[in-house]
Amino acid sequence: MLTSGGTEAANLAVTGVARAAGHRRHVVVAAVEHNAVLAPARALAASGFEVTEVGVDHTGRVDPAELAAVVRDDTLLVCLQHANHEVGTVQPVREAASAAHDHGALLFVDACQTVGRLPVDTTELGADLLAASGHKCYGPPGTGFLVASGQARLRPVLLGDERERRRRAGMENLPGVAAMAAAVAARVAEAPAEHHRLARLGERLRAGLAAIPDVIVHGHPSERLPQLVAFSVLYVEGEALLLLLDAEGIAVHSGSSCTADSQEPSHVLAAMGAITHGSVRVSFLRDATDAEVDRLLEVLPAAVAELREMADLDSQAMERAYRERR
Amino acid sequence: MTTTTVDCLGLSCPIPVVRLAKAVAAIEVGGVVELLADDPGARVDIPVWCRLKDQELLAQHDRPGGGWVFRVRRAR
Repeated sequence: MLTSGGTEAANLAVTGVARAAGHRRHVVVAAVEHNAVLAPARALAASGFEVTEVGVDHTGRVDPAELAAVVRDDTLLVCLQHANHEVGTVQPVREAASAAHDHGALLFVDACQTVGRLPVDTTELGADLLAASGHKCYGPPGTGFLVASGQARLRPVLLGDERERRRRAGMENLPGVAAMAAAVAARVAEAPAEHHRLARLGERLRAGLAAIPDVIVHGHPSERLPQLVAFSVLYVEGEALLLLLDAEGIAVHSGSSCTADSQEPSHVLAAMGAITHGSVRVSFLRDATDAEVDRLLEVLPAAVAELREMADLDSQAMERAYRERR
Repeated sequence: MTTTTVDCLGLSCPIPVVRLAKAVAAIEVGGVVELLADDPGARVDIPVWCRLKDQELLAQHDRPGGGWVFRVRRAR
């Protein structure tokens, strides 16, 4: 089904499956899902479904055994992202599929972060439904799709005609779809080579960050997206750090780009038990270079020191004081 | 042992964490800092800071007027 993006695809998966549900009234979601999954799941909870949220460890990864333990015979749908949008941790999707299918439930995989970056094969993943977004593959914004297997019965969210076999009404954005298809094909073709190059850049950045005092690098050490490095800088406001880096010509994200205006801390970092303030997310573009990583590592320590100085706080001196008094 | 109160009501993160870190560094080992905060980030970040810095979170409870009270003992 062609949609207006990953958000609509995820909404259609969660809400559409629920609308076609019979006696199954239980839905399982990971606590670190994107809000495009969590929000419709919570709407289901308000309309009589039971929704179970499964937590994650400090790397942001769901424990497959913990997930399997909450799936029941009346579970309709299990939602597990392929990789997390804020910290890049890759989830145990294959194991989640087994857990869901053992009880006759469907698995929905939000693959917005992985299509065009990691190998994505719905059969291999065991996904009954899978959502992706065009713009994440450098396609046009406002394009996306939902793949549904023959097992996945769903009713439309958008009503009005019989398009997409009565599952999604409305004229498709055909120029956008053509551009998305070209972008996805190009990304899939270049992904294997890009993966190694970006993973190496990511390794270098992570190692460099570890040398800055009180910087906490997030995510799983090995099971993660190659192009994303997320970290929190203790005692510093993320937005302020962004402005200093921006003045140096470096564009990074603070926290979750979609919820930057909200005063609520990131639900992903909170679920991980990680520091939520001072959070920065570096996403490498396809043409990212070693020189860009060098530049960030050159500029960042001074920017962090400047902001801590403004707060009249010397974190290294405090750390020394703790050690001496121990 | 000393108990120091730090009022961060109305202040957003990272200020409550910064002020807690400074207050803990300023008291003797075994002393307690009582932190008042109502920024939603503080509810997550204060316990995480205590764990990262090996300081002891003695208690965390809701304030009647909104926000939370955190009692942190300097453990090192």
